[in-house]
Amino acid sequence: MGKTFKKPEALTDEHTHYCPGCTHGVIHRLVAEVIDELGIRGRTVGISPVGCAVLAYNYFSFDFQEAAHGRAPAMATGIKRVRPDLIVFTYQGDGDLASIGMGEIIHAANRGEKFTTIFVNNAVYGMTGGQMAPTTMPGQRTTTCPLGRNVEEVGMPIKMAELLSSLETRGYITRQTVIKPKYIIKAKEAIKKAFTYQLEGRCFSLVELVSTCPTNWGLTPVEAVKWAEETLLPYYKLGEYKTPE
Amino acid sequence: MTYEFNIDVDRCKGCGLCVTVCPKKVLEISDKVNKKGYYPVYQARPDDCIFCKACCLMCPDVAITITETVKDTVKQE
Repeated sequence: MGKTFKKPEALTDEHTHYCPGCTHGVIHRLVAEVIDELGIRGRTVGISPVGCAVLAYNYFSFDFQEAAHGRAPAMATGIKRVRPDLIVFTYQGDGDLASIGMGEIIHAANRGEKFTTIFVNNAVYGMTGGQMAPTTMPGQRTTTCPLGRNVEEVGMPIKMAELLSSLETRGYITRQTVIKPKYIIKAKEAIKKAFTYQLEGRCFSLVELVSTCPTNWGLTPVEAVKWAEETLLPYYKLGEYKTPE
Repeated sequence: MTYEFNIDVDRCKGCGLCVTVCPKKVLEISDKVNKKGYYPVYQARPDDCIFCKACCLMCPDVAITITETVKDTVKQE
């Protein structure tokens, strides 16, 4: 610890394409820090999704693979089964994981595939222009629901951590957030735990991270943090939903 | 041991999240644009900094770093 702070080696010097205040950058850094601390950079393979993090391979200095929309867990299954010695993780957004990739993630979790999923939940489709996602909050305005999400028409937002923790297969499922330093410290601990379970070959692990999307929410980065804390956190409750013990 | 606080001006996107999390209100947004065209953050009151790393943790662009410098070296201004 100490008082020093530097960029983790698992991140490249490349400047990210993310909007100002986007918490993807924080999550990238936390994953990179954990990989450095566990000393697994040489044998880690990341799988980037379709979404804002599609270019994540430019920012991490280890092997990366790009998957078709929502199919990152299927690809991770393949890589991990062929090369069980590798550390495999998928990095997916809510449009990717909770919508088109719902089938893949549920079955991967139910089979107990021994990889890690970093699930970034910002309640909106970011890259494609702010459309409604399965995780959009009731009444939240997006480009495809300009009057706000109507729960009579499209139902309530999906709580992925709760959904996946209801499976009987062993797993590590947790929800954290990265909107303030106190939460960031806890989120890093959760990511480290998830990777450690994979290193021990114990179970499937998923860390859901409640994030912000200032651009598509139409807010400044500071207002977005406030909105996330007041609106998202009471619905998406933080905590460990399932542990392999 | 002394510590040196560095802001990589051209990495900064001026989101202002570090300004809100600083417990000592050290940071402010500059009125000069950087290479990217954003208004970056700068240390308005560097002497108040307690090196708590809250800004480093919050920064989405890893623009802020803190390095250790040996006490008896001449401080480069």
